[in-house]
Amino acid sequence: MAEEQALIRVKDLRKDFGSNHVLRGINYEIQKGQKIVLVGPSGCGKSTFLRCMNLLEVPTGGEVWLDDVQVNDPKTDINKVRQRMGMVFQHFNLFHNLTIMDNITLAPVKLGLMNREEAQEKALQLLRRVNLADKADAYPHSLSGGMQQRIAIVRSLEMNPEVMLFDEPTSALDPEMVGEVLDVMTELAEEGMTMVVVTHEMAFARQVANKVLFIDQGVIQEENAPEEFFAHPKNPRLQDFLSKVLK
Amino acid sequence: MDSLSSQFYKAFVKNNRWMLYIKGLGSTLEVTLFAALLGLVLGTLACLFNMKRGRSGKRTVGSAIAYVYIDVIRGTPTMIQLLIMWNVIMAASKNKILVASLAFGINSGAYVAEIIRGGIQSVDPGQMEAGRSLGLTRIQTLKNVVLPQAFKNCFPSLMNEVITLLKETSIAGAVGLAELTHASDMVSSATYQYMMPLLGAAVMYFAVVKLMSFLFGILENKLKESDMR
Repeated sequence: MAEEQALIRVKDLRKDFGSNHVLRGINYEIQKGQKIVLVGPSGCGKSTFLRCMNLLEVPTGGEVWLDDVQVNDPKTDINKVRQRMGMVFQHFNLFHNLTIMDNITLAPVKLGLMNREEAQEKALQLLRRVNLADKADAYPHSLSGGMQQRIAIVRSLEMNPEVMLFDEPTSALDPEMVGEVLDVMTELAEEGMTMVVVTHEMAFARQVANKVLFIDQGVIQEENAPEEFFAHPKNPRLQDFLSKVLK
Repeated sequence: MDSLSSQFYKAFVKNNRWMLYIKGLGSTLEVTLFAALLGLVLGTLACLFNMKRGRSGKRTVGSAIAYVYIDVIRGTPTMIQLLIMWNVIMAASKNKILVASLAFGINSGAYVAEIIRGGIQSVDPGQMEAGRSLGLTRIQTLKNVVLPQAFKNCFPSLMNEVITLLKETSIAGAVGLAELTHASDMVSSATYQYMMPLLGAAVMYFAVVKLMSFLFGILENKLKESDMR
């Protein structure tokens, strides 16, 4: 029997910003249930790679596939694709003008996926899981960064995504709040969610990732299981990078 | 030369002339209200189209139309626009309130479009990205997330535009609309005296502007309450 088709397939992905070639041909396949962690120096293109997957950045060349849908085909309904891919941002990006409950239920209700009651019930369940059910009627500004990010994760989960993209989810947090967000992500990983995570949290990568990718100069320089990746890095740039971040 | 009290008498009391100012003020407020509403709707639409780009990053047809509208209206005098509306486009209409409301509304819309553009640009782009990443369309995200924040951010400028609009309607006398300035003109020509009628009109404009500023201030504070920082 043929091997099961990968959930996400990226073929020769390229992205230019003017004359700046940020991605220079990325090829990768992500299986359902895998947790992939992307690391690399700042400006290496790891966030751009992530943002190309749900077309927040439109690739200059190459292909991105989710199942049998080509994400970057102009004929594809990108909104349908995005409903299947959750995204968590560095700066949380909760909707400032809406309560926590409305933040979570806006998309499924407006898109006609659930009625308001269903959406609110599910939102409360998810909020209870992250111990924030009592904040349902609060506005984002009144919450700490760690709370906002946990709620941002809940907002994505409300859509029942098949894959979750995390773009440096803990980089904007005060140190004491990093743990509470990583805990939620670890729990999510244990439940089998497919995850692609850009992060500088090496301990998280070691603990949760199936594969760690080192991206530099717009290509994947090295890919390995976390033990090998951290213990025996082969690429000299990766060795240099790890020597700086693992102290 | 008449004494001040005699001037006052002629300007406001004799022949119930005060009624002219009140009726004039009524027309002024009517035109301001209609024009402000039309301007808000037109301006919002023009702004959204003006900021829209096709997949290739180029302007769409709608966007080009919005750009030309904003550009032409802001680049020509309001008086000319009013005269064109009265003598050319709506030459068949005798309804001066309607013609003036249209002319001033279309004029105001171009300025409102630029005010709202500023408001939208002051909203963190991450808000739009978050909405789009959930599968919401651009329009859905604008309507539910970006525009409410943009309106709040540019509320003081929008209200300033309404106040400007109120005062700008004073040129509508050029097409014979009996608004407040026109009323003071009528009295001046009847009495051959200018100071009292003009002073009277100025005081009434000023009083209305102060009242509007006061009400807008209350509204602005109400909007801030939902910030809950």
